[in-house]
Amino acid sequence: MSLLDLKDLKIHFDTRRGTIEAVRGIHLSLERGEILGVVGESGAGKSTIGNAIIGLLDPPGRIAGGEIWFDDRRIDTLSEQGMRAIRGRRIGMIFQDPMTSLNPLLTIGDQIAETICRHSDLAKGPAMERAIELLGEVGIPDPSSRVNDYPHQFSGGMRQRVVITLALCADPDLVICDEPTTALDVSVQAQILTLLRRLCRDRNVGAIFITHDMGVISEVTDRVAVMYRGRVVETGKTSDVLTHPTHSYSKSLLAAVPRSDVRLDHFPQLDYREAGDTRAERKVIDLATHWLGRRAAEPAANDTPLVQVDNLTMRFALHHSVIPSWRRSFTAVRDVSFEIHSGETFGLVGESGSGKSTVARMIAGLYQPSFGRIRYDGTEIAGPEAQVMSASMRQQIQMIFQDPFSSLNRRKRVSEIVSEPIRHHRLAQDKAEADAIVADLLEHVGLGAQAARCYPHEFSGGQRQRISIARALATRPQFLICDEPTSALDVSIQAQILNLLKSLQAELGLTLLFISHDLPVIRQMCDRIGVMKTGELVEIAPAEHLFKAPQHPYTSHLLSLMPQVAGQGKLERVNDR
Amino acid sequence: MIRYVSGRLAQSILVMFLVAAVAFSLFGFVGDPIRQMITEDASQAEIERLRDVMGLNDPISIQFWRYISGAVQGDFGVSYFHKRPVGTLIAERMPATVELAGLSVLLSVLIGIPLGVYTGLNRFGRVARGLMAVSLIGISIPTFLIGIMLIYLFSVILGWLPSFGRGDTVSILGGSWSTGFLTISGLKSLILPSITLALFQTTMVMRLVRAEMLDVMRTDYIKFARARGLGKRAINFRHALKNTLMPVVTVIGLQLGNVIAFAIITESVFQWPGMGRLFLQAIQQVDIPVMSAYLIMIAFFFVIINLITDLAYYAIDPRLRSNTLKGTANA
Repeated sequence: MSLLDLKDLKIHFDTRRGTIEAVRGIHLSLERGEILGVVGESGAGKSTIGNAIIGLLDPPGRIAGGEIWFDDRRIDTLSEQGMRAIRGRRIGMIFQDPMTSLNPLLTIGDQIAETICRHSDLAKGPAMERAIELLGEVGIPDPSSRVNDYPHQFSGGMRQRVVITLALCADPDLVICDEPTTALDVSVQAQILTLLRRLCRDRNVGAIFITHDMGVISEVTDRVAVMYRGRVVETGKTSDVLTHPTHSYSKSLLAAVPRSDVRLDHFPQLDYREAGDTRAERKVIDLATHWLGRRAAEPAANDTPLVQVDNLTMRFALHHSVIPSWRRSFTAVRDVSFEIHSGETFGLVGESGSGKSTVARMIAGLYQPSFGRIRYDGTEIAGPEAQVMSASMRQQIQMIFQDPFSSLNRRKRVSEIVSEPIRHHRLAQDKAEADAIVADLLEHVGLGAQAARCYPHEFSGGQRQRISIARALATRPQFLICDEPTSALDVSIQAQILNLLKSLQAELGLTLLFISHDLPVIRQMCDRIGVMKTGELVEIAPAEHLFKAPQHPYTSHLLSLMPQVAGQGKLERVNDR
Repeated sequence: MIRYVSGRLAQSILVMFLVAAVAFSLFGFVGDPIRQMITEDASQAEIERLRDVMGLNDPISIQFWRYISGAVQGDFGVSYFHKRPVGTLIAERMPATVELAGLSVLLSVLIGIPLGVYTGLNRFGRVARGLMAVSLIGISIPTFLIGIMLIYLFSVILGWLPSFGRGDTVSILGGSWSTGFLTISGLKSLILPSITLALFQTTMVMRLVRAEMLDVMRTDYIKFARARGLGKRAINFRHALKNTLMPVVTVIGLQLGNVIAFAIITESVFQWPGMGRLFLQAIQQVDIPVMSAYLIMIAFFFVIINLITDLAYYAIDPRLRSNTLKGTANA
């Protein structure tokens, strides 16, 4: 008998508009010590399965049919009391965001010891000692003093280690990892994945990895189940599924993963669709006749770069003081210089904390640099001789933010959100014209004009990012700053958004500053790439050069950390640890 | 820590200074004090002599300095109406108000927080819905009406509790404080007014805690705590309640200040010999020394309470204790 058996599991969400079938009868089983990956787009029902196993389905979700067997016991019918004895003790769970998974007001030692005490006979003292031991095991340096620290005193990667400790501290037989590394950097992600894999192997723990990241699946799992709209369309050994997918959905999902080894013209789209899964098509913009072509001022077509950044430095004060020697500051960006030519896509890549977003924010005028200057189209916009940015210049520079959930005002309709820059810059004669432009923009980003009447919460992450793009385009910009525009999104939606940006760039002659920690995406998108490390720009090179022959050791290091998807180049990394 | 406290202290002192300036300016705006102190047939020479004695001919800055240094030592001058030092008047009345306000805030915390936790956790339960409906009444019925209804029921019809006054009091702390907590009649007298005063705050604390609980129960760390199999009590109180406390502490602090300063209506209904009534009389009689002293004292209460609230934040939330910027630790 397997450790875990899901038999014809169905999960329904009853809403006012009828029942949503999130999981439609799936069969899955997991052996002790085995690592199973569950992969699919968001909305495929993968997290719902994890929550159902541990008995924490958010209402109105309910198990509508089927059985969950764990260690020869049926657990889907257990009472809350019964489940509480299983949670933590027999089944552990790790959530996506280590920043929010820990109680900010308790020390990590308290949280771990509390969990240990709950599931064993240990008193607080010995439980604390055990906590220190476990923290050492997951690679937290100096655990005996760190145990008294609060979550905010740890970085993201360290917090995820604490979360792992918490999930494993009562020696469960099964651990469910729901997107365990999505919120982390590449380098940290690699460490955490290795750690999880080692812990599962050492303790003979069965694990379920829920993720949309094919790289993670390929690095860690033994078997994989591909989910599509509440069903498992394919299961099998990871290496088999990744190299020879049989179901057409798996094939198209794999094809949509941005490739790190070759540069393609366009991102392969996930073209697999079933009836009822509709996506709008977009029209091509003809600049000669289109509203977006009527720009206020074309930048002079000469050799001066559109954006020129010289010796940019940004310091944040950590500790204010009247006495200068007591002041402490943190240099987020140090002496960064680069230029971006008209019509090109310049990429900035680096781990989080490397200062890439800070650079973007300085160019957008959201931060004032401590030193150095920024010139846009020959005019200094930040620095010692900076002039106040004129309205037309502000209009030409637009930004798309990382998080499509917090960058849209949820109290406003999409029409208001997108037309705001038009109204602000008085780009339309009257409301009717503005409305027509908004409808047209929404059409072009593939949302359809009827989206204008809706509120942001009615859209998914990818659709919201399209709204952000429409809003950015509404000022007829020359220069778009994209700060991790797709890192919150699924591969399939990522491919759509990035293709949209590419087409818009081609049609409108846009210049892009593209920031990402995702190397394959950077490779596909950018003409030239700058690599940032702890605030410094260590290397600038054309994209192909950088990937084929990195000059700086840090660049090679970053490249080596990219999770590889089997079937796309290196295959030997799968399952050889 | 020292930085945090000294910063708050400096702010408090600045606030007190500004309030003292406003209080002082009352003397100049609300008429000439001499006119209110003397009889109508006093000669001009007499008036001049009095002005000189009272220091009203000195420059404003010196007068202000004199006022502040007096105020710091508890000397706010002599009441025009009562002809007694204002400091003594207030000191006599303060215990009544502070005991009433303190007890009502304590009641609102002891009742409001558990009810808030309960209604937050059992959002759709019948009892919780009933409590929410009742709490609306508590918020919307004016205090005086509740006071009158309570007097009618418990004093007039049932005759259980006194309808006015503090009952017997006992002097403690060397006679500087008279308390009603040590006698039966004193305690009985406290019941009705403190309930009247507490009702509004109880409902407010309850609604606030409920709203915060609803928010916190949706957070990831609560879900993670549940996924670790922790018990209900640990989740609800250790993890959830503590995270709701910041806004609750803020509101309770502000409420305590409010209740001390503006218990006037309740004090009138129950003929409570507290500061509220002293202040009301002062307004009617244009008794400027009492008004300005009251202003300074209330400001002082608010400043002290706010200082304590800030320190409570500091005790509750470890994130305020560290100076390091988030995310600068090594990955």
